[in-house]
Amino acid sequence: MASWIPLWLHKLGSPPTFYRFAGALQPWAMALALLLGAIGLYGGLVLAPADYQQADAYRIIFIHVPSAWMSMFIYAVMGVASFVALVWRIKLAEVVAMESAPIGAAFTFITLVTGSLWGKPMWGTWWTWDARLTSELVLLFLFLGVIGLYHAFEDRRQGARAAAFLAIIGIINVPIVHFSVNWWNTLHQGSTVNVFGQSKISADMLWPLLTMTLATKFYYLASLFSRARTDLLALEGGKDWVRKIAEDEASR
Amino acid sequence: MMNRPSLASACAAMLRRDLTLAWRRRGDIAMPVLYALIVTMLFPFALGPEDTLLQRIAGGVVLVTVLLAMLLALDAMFASDIEDGSLEQLVLAPQPLALMLGMKILAHWLATALPLIVIAPLMAAMLHLPGVVIPVLLLALVLATPLLSLLGAVLVALTAGTRRSGMLLALMLLPLCVPAVIFAAGAVAAAQQGLPWLAPVAWLAAALVLAVVLAPLACAAALRIALDA
Repeated sequence: MASWIPLWLHKLGSPPTFYRFAGALQPWAMALALLLGAIGLYGGLVLAPADYQQADAYRIIFIHVPSAWMSMFIYAVMGVASFVALVWRIKLAEVVAMESAPIGAAFTFITLVTGSLWGKPMWGTWWTWDARLTSELVLLFLFLGVIGLYHAFEDRRQGARAAAFLAIIGIINVPIVHFSVNWWNTLHQGSTVNVFGQSKISADMLWPLLTMTLATKFYYLASLFSRARTDLLALEGGKDWVRKIAEDEASR
Repeated sequence: MMNRPSLASACAAMLRRDLTLAWRRRGDIAMPVLYALIVTMLFPFALGPEDTLLQRIAGGVVLVTVLLAMLLALDAMFASDIEDGSLEQLVLAPQPLALMLGMKILAHWLATALPLIVIAPLMAAMLHLPGVVIPVLLLALVLATPLLSLLGAVLVALTAGTRRSGMLLALMLLPLCVPAVIFAAGAVAAAQQGLPWLAPVAWLAAALVLAVVLAPLACAAALRIALDA
């Protein structure tokens, strides 16, 4: 039954196929991201009731929490893609890993900014040296280190391999960093939303949150697709399929 | 066929070569030490000379200063070997690259971190750290500095193929050494408050054991990526 799946995957790994595939899916992913984002924000900012204690200030979680999830999710994607890139030397995996890094850094930055906007009225301070905050800041620096190392090489593929290695070192280190800062100092609340078992959040607050999560996922896909397409064109500059695209564009 | 030297003698030769090179450039060894002393001296100027304040921050200041001084010296770990091509010879050598790099890291630690550990009591005394805490500080440094050398070596190897690497190295290394700083400073702070300090030191030792095994292998892999032009 599944014999066509590996073949299809192998084909998808080739730059021209992925270029067409990503080009076809990118508008859909972006449209879904915008639609779900609009629904999620309307649900979160208008429909969901105010919190009994934090009033309207809690509504920042509809941006903050999905961004925080995305920051870790994208780091994981980057780590897996890096591993694939180093082990099987697949060019597309390098592109995916390296083009994920700036998106991940942006989500991490949004998480930190929205967190401190929320922290000012709630904790009375913009920033505190709490375990989760510090881990997230370290995550931002890891993303920036990967981006910096990638751009430090003149040869882009070599830069991608070196940065992929750094991403893997980071993956090993992230749990250690997280554990050690937890041991060091903790103020941030524990998790409220449980995948397994009962969540400690009201259903009319939960659905906008999950919708926003889906919206950020689709935004990531759309952004990654368009970034990867541009990168593939630059990487494969001399190849026939790129020349054909350039000629088609020129003749239009 | 040529007689292949035994692994132990190859390791010894590597270590001897790197230490001789370091000894020939004694001025470079003194630089991180002077840097650390001057940075430590700046803290009382910036924060005021009150004993209680300086005592409170002494452990952390010494640790961070040593870390920064090591960061300055890290850049040079493979620089001269890349320039004269001996690093490529090392990659081609029949001996396992990870082991040879482990010897290079050991030599680098002996040449840069050991002098810093030797003057650490002086730095601590400049900031009035109580004498009973100094052995704990030294123990923490003895465990934390090789950890930094090993982690740093992997990252230096990654940047070996690039031209500008100084600030980039700091950006990459500092987030990764957060645990080392937390545990080392935690041990010193606990000792200062008269609390048991063995647990953070044990964590530090565990991390070091992990790094001793994994970092030379990672360093070799990183160097192969960086030199594979």
